[in-house]
Amino acid sequence: MKTKDLIIIGGGPSGLCAAKMAVEAGISVLLIDRSPELGGQLIKQTHKFFGSKAQYAKTRGFDIANILINQVKDHPLLEIMQNATVVGLYQDKVVTVYQNDTYMKFQARAVIVATGASEKFLAFENNDLPGIYGAGAVQTLMNLYGVLPGQEIMMVGSGNIGLIVSYQLLQAGVKVKAIIEAAPSIGGYKVHASKIRRLGVKIYTQTTVKRAIGKEQLEAVELVSLDENWKAIPGTERIESVDALCISVGLSPMHQILSMVGAKTKYVAELGGFVPVISDHHETSVEGIFACGDAVGIEEASSAMMEGYLTGLYASEYFGKKHPNHQELLSKYEHELGMLRDGPFGIKTKIGLEKLRKGETNAE
Amino acid sequence: MRIDKHPILTFPKREPITFIFEGQEVLGYQGDTIASALHALGVLTLSYSIKKNRPRGFYCAIGNCASCNMVVNGIPNVRTCITMLEPNMIVERQRDKGVIR
Repeated sequence: MKTKDLIIIGGGPSGLCAAKMAVEAGISVLLIDRSPELGGQLIKQTHKFFGSKAQYAKTRGFDIANILINQVKDHPLLEIMQNATVVGLYQDKVVTVYQNDTYMKFQARAVIVATGASEKFLAFENNDLPGIYGAGAVQTLMNLYGVLPGQEIMMVGSGNIGLIVSYQLLQAGVKVKAIIEAAPSIGGYKVHASKIRRLGVKIYTQTTVKRAIGKEQLEAVELVSLDENWKAIPGTERIESVDALCISVGLSPMHQILSMVGAKTKYVAELGGFVPVISDHHETSVEGIFACGDAVGIEEASSAMMEGYLTGLYASEYFGKKHPNHQELLSKYEHELGMLRDGPFGIKTKIGLEKLRKGETNAE
Repeated sequence: MRIDKHPILTFPKREPITFIFEGQEVLGYQGDTIASALHALGVLTLSYSIKKNRPRGFYCAIGNCASCNMVVNGIPNVRTCITMLEPNMIVERQRDKGVIR
């Protein structure tokens, strides 16, 4: 069994940033990612980021991914495993991995779980038909592999992801028939919504999908209007022919691997669902096992990076091997994370974190 | 359907790859995953549900949802959305929990 100081599960923005801090502190790191490419969801994001220069504002997502990858990939203390899925995590910090039909075991002294999030699904009749995709899947297909998801698409959800992916669909030459939103108002930034509307895409609020229609694959969707109590209004059903439906109704933290070590979790709606209970130093209820990024609460990639840097520093502290600029970096990233959460979308996170850190933690 | 023109991204011509899908010889390209190659060929159904035999395409494209599991070179439960296409791969739709042949 191979041994490493620190194993980081997940090579997205948070995991990569954590790795940078840890190797710079002199800790040997094994970074494990299940995808063919590092960078998590950034690699498919063609839009420019908002925020401050420190978090690469005005830089496109895939360029940010390259920056984060390049700043660590050649470090002698970092070993990277790609196309490798972590299949087991044990309390003694043994991590088991499946890669190219081979099962392997590693012994770590500490672990950082930076597994990110998965897309939420929506319940309606025939929701399993081919042609119905998550918004992230559509981004992957178009922006990574250059393949179109369909010719005419309907977007469900008007949060920032729904709006941005709709725009990207238009850029790729797909007709976006409409964006529908169950809530009475648009969820994402107004600037994104206006851009989409200017291009002729209608956004229908208080509308949802009643059922999908099709035999072997999606042929049409039946929409229905909702009243102020989110109940379907009879007689408002209408059928729209589309060959693809894109579901963008939010993300859930992927904390599941932590269940294998019995780490405490708690349901916090503001953070996206069940999340691991963590200390101020991002340590879970299991000593030496840390978590960061979307796995501990859904936020933007910029916040995931800051949390990654911080958790890398906290983990180094755990080893008693501080980064040469420990205090300075700690203050810097804490400050930047604070700034990000002071924005209009940060309020939800702040309330969520408050709930996570206070009160009972009995939920398993 | 592949993207020809894009305002931000470029998709340079890549080496074609021959593989076998459900007994037929078909073409994908270097850099494709199995699922993206099939999708470009218009193949949306990648598996059938175990009990009701309903068609399934892919949903998440990040190896999470298991909707794209196929039998590749006789090995079941291959997550085709994160598995790169290789020449002469034998790809079949999965219809059961997966049996190693």
